[in-house]
Parts: sequence; C-alpha cells; structure tokens
Amino acid sequence: MSVEFRKELFANERDDNLNEIGKGTQRQDALGHVTGRSPYFDDHLFEGLLQIRCVRSPHHHARIRSVDYSQAENMPGVVRIIRPEDVPNNFNTLLSLLNFGRDDEPLLSSKKVSYIGEPVLAIVAGTDRQARDAVAAVRVEWEVLPHVLDVEEALKPDAPVVNEVYPNNTFDYHDKYDHQKLRYGDVETAFSQADRIVEGRYQMSPIEQAPVETNGAIAAPETNDRFVCYTSTQALFFSLGTAAKLLNVSSNRLHFIGGTVGGGFGGKVDSLVEPMAILACMLTGKPCRFVWDRQEEMQVGAPRGGERWYLKDGVMNDGRIIARQFTGYFDSGAYTRLSSYAIIKGTAHLPGPYHIPNVKADVFCVYTNRTPATAMRGFGVTGVDFAIESQMDKIAHEVGMNPVEFRILNAYRDGDMKAHRREAKNCALIECVQVAAEKANWPIRDEFKQASSMVGGGGERAKIPHTVTDEDGKIGERRAGRAGAGQTRTIAPSTPAPAPAAYTPPPPSAPPAPAPQPAAGQPAYAHPAAAPAYQPAAPHAPPPVTPAVAPAPPPAPAAPAPASETSTPSARPVNRPGYSRFASNSGFRRR
Amino acid sequence: MSIHKGRGFASINYPIGMNLGGDPSQALVHSNPDGKFAVALSSIDLGQGMKQVTRQIAAETLGVPVEDVYVDTADSDTGPHCMGSFASRGTHRVGNAVIQAAKEARSVMLEAAAEELEVNAADLETDGKGNIFVRGAPSRSISTGEACGAAQFKHGKTVSGRGIFLIPMSDVDPETGEMTPVSCYAHAALVVDIEVDDETGEVDVKQMNSAYEVGRALNPRMVEQQLVGGAWMGMSHALWETTEPYYPDRTHGPTDFNQYLMPGPGDIAPHDIAILERPAPDGPYGGKGPGEMCANPVLPAVANAVFNAVGVRIDELPITPEKVLRGIKANGGAQPQGQW
Repeated sequence: MSVEFRKELFANERDDNLNEIGKGTQRQDALGHVTGRSPYFDDHLFEGLLQIRCVRSPHHHARIRSVDYSQAENMPGVVRIIRPEDVPNNFNTLLSLLNFGRDDEPLLSSKKVSYIGEPVLAIVAGTDRQARDAVAAVRVEWEVLPHVLDVEEALKPDAPVVNEVYPNNTFDYHDKYDHQKLRYGDVETAFSQADRIVEGRYQMSPIEQAPVETNGAIAAPETNDRFVCYTSTQALFFSLGTAAKLLNVSSNRLHFIGGTVGGGFGGKVDSLVEPMAILACMLTGKPCRFVWDRQEEMQVGAPRGGERWYLKDGVMNDGRIIARQFTGYFDSGAYTRLSSYAIIKGTAHLPGPYHIPNVKADVFCVYTNRTPATAMRGFGVTGVDFAIESQMDKIAHEVGMNPVEFRILNAYRDGDMKAHRREAKNCALIECVQVAAEKANWPIRDEFKQASSMVGGGGERAKIPHTVTDEDGKIGERRAGRAGAGQTRTIAPSTPAPAPAAYTPPPPSAPPAPAPQPAAGQPAYAHPAAAPAYQPAAPHAPPPVTPAVAPAPPPAPAAPAPASETSTPSARPVNRPGYSRFASNSGFRRR
Repeated sequence: MSIHKGRGFASINYPIGMNLGGDPSQALVHSNPDGKFAVALSSIDLGQGMKQVTRQIAAETLGVPVEDVYVDTADSDTGPHCMGSFASRGTHRVGNAVIQAAKEARSVMLEAAAEELEVNAADLETDGKGNIFVRGAPSRSISTGEACGAAQFKHGKTVSGRGIFLIPMSDVDPETGEMTPVSCYAHAALVVDIEVDDETGEVDVKQMNSAYEVGRALNPRMVEQQLVGGAWMGMSHALWETTEPYYPDRTHGPTDFNQYLMPGPGDIAPHDIAILERPAPDGPYGGKGPGEMCANPVLPAVANAVFNAVGVRIDELPITPEKVLRGIKANGGAQPQGQW
C-alpha cells in the first residue's frame, strides 16, 4: 500500500507554495471521532422519547381495501396511530425543490402500494418493542395486483401501471419523450462504414449504501412553536425543505441540526425519516425518534438502482471507435426519487472519456414494483462506466490491441468536442492511463508513452458534425405499441464547418494492424443482443478483408439540412412549458 | 483444477458537482476579537472530511494558521443554505463559497491592519503564521489577532464575510441532449491483478495499481483515505454486493450484514496509488472531488481481469463465484488469455 504524488505532471499549472493547502493536517474532528465522543443524531436523547415503526406492504403491488388498527391502538404504550390523512400534504417528489418532475410519492400510502415495504401506517409508542407489537396487530386487507419487476418488461403495452402519475412506466422528459436523447453525428452511417461492430449488454444489480449508522431522526418540540430535528441527513436544507412541504409548515419553524453523519454514500438524501419524526412530534407534543432498523435500511431504504445498458460500437481495424450507441434503462423502482436526474447526468457522461465522432443514446427512467432507487456514490455514472469499460476491453480484444494503448488512442483531449456539445478542457485521462500502466508494469509502446492530453485535440475534432435526429419515443407511444419509426432529420453543424467534420486521429497516428492472438478455435462469437448471460470468450476473427488503407472518414449526413434548421444549437429556441424540466425558479439559465 | 492469474484495466472520468448546476452553497466567516475565526456552514461531514477541507481553504484564504479556524456544520439556524453533501460537490461548491466569504473577512482584517500600521491595505501581505506585514518591509507588521481586535474594538468593523457559489442551471435540449453538465472532471485509471479458482469460481483480488487525477490534493491524507476506501468499495461492488442477488427476481434479498456480502479484512487488496493534480480552473485552489469516482474504475477492471484469467465475460454485477463457474462450464473449461 503506497501513495505517491506525481508533482512533475501539470506542474506549470499549479502553485505548490501555499501555506495550508496541500498539507495533510489532522482533521479538527479527529479526536472526537477516535474517542467516540463526536455527537451523532442518535446521541440526542430526551426523557420520554417515543419510538416510531411503520406498517409496511408485504406485496409487490396491491390495492389497500381496508386498514384495521383498532386492536393496535389499544395496545400498551401506543400513543398515536399516524394515518395517511394525518400527513398535511401527503404527496411529494424530492426534486420538486429544483422544479423537476411531478409529485408522485406519498409519505404514507392510502390507496395502493407498489413495492414490498411501502409504508401505509406509522405507530408511535413508548418503546420500540411496543411499537413493533402494535404494527404486528394491524390488519390490512390487500387486493393483490399484477406486478412488473423487469425494466424492459415494464415498457411493454400490457405491463401493469406501477405509478399512476407516470402511467407509461417511464419518466416524462421535456414534456415530450419517454426517455432522454443524446444525438451527435450519424451512428447508422458510421456503423455501415465500420470494419467491425461490437455489441454488449451489461447490468448492475441494486446495491445498498450500507452506512454503519442507519437513516434516522429525532424530533422534539422547541420553544416558540418550533420543532428541532436531529438528523442523519446528507443534505440539511434538502431535508428541511422536504419536511416543510410535506408537513405544510413554514421552513423557519423547523430547526434542523446534523452535520456529523455515520456514513451516507448517497443513501441519506431521500428525507423520509425527518418528516415522519416531526409529524409524530407535532401530533403527540412529545419528542419522537424514527430510526430504520438494518432490515429497513437494506430492503426498504432506497438502494443504488439496477441499470441495464446495451452498447453498440462501430470500430475500425486500427482500433479507432467511429460510432457508439447506447440504450440504457435505469430501474427507478416504484417512485422517481432522484433517478430522473441521474439519467440526465448519465447521458451527459456518454460516451465516456473518449473522442468518438458519432454518438447516440436513448436512456430511460423506468418504474418497476420494487423499492425506489436513489443516489449512491457515482450516481448515474458507475453503472455505465462498468458497461463502457467492459466494452472497451472487448473491443481491444476483438481488434487485437493492447487495451491500455487502445484507451490512449481513443482518449479525449483538450479542445475536443464532447457529445453533449461542449469543448473538453482540463483533461488528464491519458496521463492517468500512462501512470497506472507504468506502476503496474503493463507494457506500452513509446509513442503511447509520449501521448498527452494537451496535444492532438481540437481542430477537426472540435467540430460538431451533422447530426441525425428523430422524434421516436414520444410520451405514451411506446405503451400504445406505436414506438419507433419516427421521422429523422439532420441538424447542421453549429461551428462554421463547411463540410462534415472529418475524423482526425490524434497522435500516435496509426497503431499497427491487429496482431493475431493465441486463442483461436473458440466458439463462435455470440451476438450480445441474443446472448445468454455468460458469453463464450470472443474468438479472434481472421484478419478483416477490408483494405488496409486509412479508414473512411465519418459519414456525411444523409441529406443536406434544410436552411431552416441550420441555426446553431445554442440559438435554437427552447420551448418546454410545464412541470417536467430543469429550470431554476430564479430564472438563471446557462447554455 | 487450478488457480489462474489475470489482470484487467479500466479508465474513467467523473463529473464534479450536481449535473447541470443550479446547486448553490453558502458560507459565513467571522472572527473573534483575538483573530480566531469560525466558519458556519450547513454542509454535512459524512466522514469524508468536509470540515477539515473547508477549514484549510478558509485558513489559506484568510492568511492565518489552520489552528485559528474552526468550522461548524449543519445547524439550520446558524449555517446558511447548502444543497448538501453529494454529487462530489462538497469541496468544489462549498470550498468556493468559503473562499469568497474568507476573502471578504480578510479584506476587513487588512483594512484594520492598514489603519494601525498607517499604510495602504494594498501593500499588506500575510505570512500564514498569524502576521500581517508591509510588502518589502517585514519589520513593519501586526498580528492577525491585533488587527481583528482593532477592527472590532477601535474601528467598529465586523471581521466577517459572506460567500456563495452557484453554477447557474443549464438547459437540456430534448432532441440532441445538448447541455452544460458540469465545469470540471476528475480522472482515473486502474490495473487490477486477480486470481480465479476454476474449481470454486472465487475471485481473489491480489493487487491494485492506480492513478487518480484530483485537480489538487487540498489535504493529501484525506485524499488518500478517500481513494483507498473508495477503491475497496469498488472491489466490493464488483465481487460481492447487491440487495437483489438474482435481480430482477426479488428473492434472496439480504436483511443484515450476515447476508449482505462485503469483503472482510482478509479480502481487501493492497493498492498502490499515484495522485495527479491538474487544477480545475474554477475549483477551490484547483481542487475537484475525489470522493465518488475512486470506486468506478475498479468494477470493470475486475470484470476485465476475470476474462483475462479464465476467458469468461461477466457482464452482470456482482461477479459471484456462481456466475464465474457457470461461465467456465459454458466455455468447456478455463481459457486463460495470457498476460499483459
């Protein structure tokens, strides 16, 4: 285990003679942490503190016919039953604080449940045991409904509706589409010109944030008609704002105290425990504590959601990727929480840290009958990075290249245009690749050792290509069985490029042709679209029959763009009224 | 039945801060009469070191020793608004807010010092050790404590500052996805060496070698802690963790740490790290956020190493012994791909 600082790299961009910055000073809170004296939310105990537990759904999907808590309410220690109608404003979506998306989730559900563990009632009692016993005594009559757990199944016309606010089982993007689009260049033409097509299907299962301290909050009455809330939140004002909205109280009647948290990793943003603890406190006038147990943390608390990605790459025999297409499905579970946002973040991340002149992506936020997903370390990016980098290894193998040299060949560099149409700056991928290879004694040739993020980018690589767009996937069409086959059109480049941008490979200009590899005679390559979960090792195809001359430049657009569509992308009008957009209340906009 | 060595590679970049911006954070800085400073935030310290990194940023900007600054986090009555600690935004967003607040407080402190020394404030410098002196004439100096005391007790000035940092929100084009997602990216590349047992399907991570580019390591020890721990989390994601082992089937869901698998002390791998620093033009002293991205390269690198070791592509996480064994069986045996 060692750590070294490679100060010689980018040294001319840094002033290393600072007083405090760059020093490994001990944390101001280290002594409290190592002596066990740092106060966390759960260290604020009050006399007569009441405990809260929830009655939760045992079904993936069910209508609630009736809830009978008559026995529970008379059990020892039970102070209060909290019903859905006790929540002043029982409908929310987390990103309403950013004016993004529709309210779609109650704090307590009254009509139906859409995942195992969905809360329908909360019980406030003197002890945790009393609360649990009372929960067990509640009788709910369920009408079990058909459910859907697979993201692609959920898009089919006959799939059950998970979330009535989004009846197509997909989040609505820009009031127009059932997915987020990324369109840059013309992947179809590039695929037809590529030496090879490499496809893959990748999946990440849900992952628990697993903080040592579970989600929890303690709320108590403060003087002057205020409420104090000690909380494990990762986002103090996010939780405060959410509580103020659900409870319909002024934000300055809530005094939130947190700041030292026993691990979050993204799982403490959802703000479910704070409003419940404060509501219990308001209804009882007593201090109340709502803390998830480990089972709730793992199976009811939102995990990092499952993601499924399909990748298709058009690759030249010299290793250059000329087109990359993604179809992504984020499993949001039963409600939106933050997945809709992660999809835009993930889309912006495509096609990874590489310069690829034609990129297309369709990314879906899909509702299924499982625990809602939320943020976790690398939110929106970890899953697709797994897909991209697994795919990169496959491609390197297919074309017979050293996978490290293959990364450097395709790496983005300062001045390159990215697929979201902004110029790359401050790049350092190549240097990281070189240093990691050097540390691991992974051999790379001199011309790859000499490559630099600061050289070889820009120029032709900065030009936005003619782009094919389409109107596939308008809201509701897919579920009505009418998806696909929309009209395509092209958008002219925004930079003054007289002709479609020709792809200019960076130095090192052209690595040698793929060397034969020692694994011949393996089973035929299984096409990933139809592949079983475990694909046999890819064979090394015989040298391709395409001529060994420089590969064809990326495609020209299918047809000249009409004059009316030749305005620059940044000047195109944006007309997206309604709720479902990113727009700040203050009117700030940035292009 | 044998053990097969394999090595895998992956490289990534990572966006810093909330995608599309629109996520402000604020800071307030003020001084006691003796020049000891407090920074009030509503940001959260999850263990990543929020308090310490903002403390060092404040001290650097104020020009005082780090012991003269303490940071208080997350009391909504005293700390001004912050979106929260997520999206690798803490250091970048809050750090910039602290710089702005500290600059304002510093200018009041220097004005007071200038009045005491009867010079122009523009001619004053701080030595970072608690002294303010006239540029070119270091003997003409006053301590930061004396200057702050004079400001408050002689000149009636509050040595304080307010800071906010906001990257205004970007639009997203529905047709092309054109947008301005973030202002800077961190980078990483990682090589992992593993061994695969073709009898049990178990994958043993032997060694990681990596390079992480973090803008600037504002506190190198805390960066190290983030990278070491984060890479282990990546290992854990690659080989152990899920709440739904047969996703999308919901059965076999773990409910505690006996069932939710994660690497134990005997499973974690040695990790040799190189840290690169290409300062972000709009980062606080160039700093980006190393917290999230350090896990990301490990997942694909391990998958690629499994292929290198036994010729099986595992495209579904986590890479359990069951999946490895089934893959080996489907291929008719392990097919080592040779060493790089």
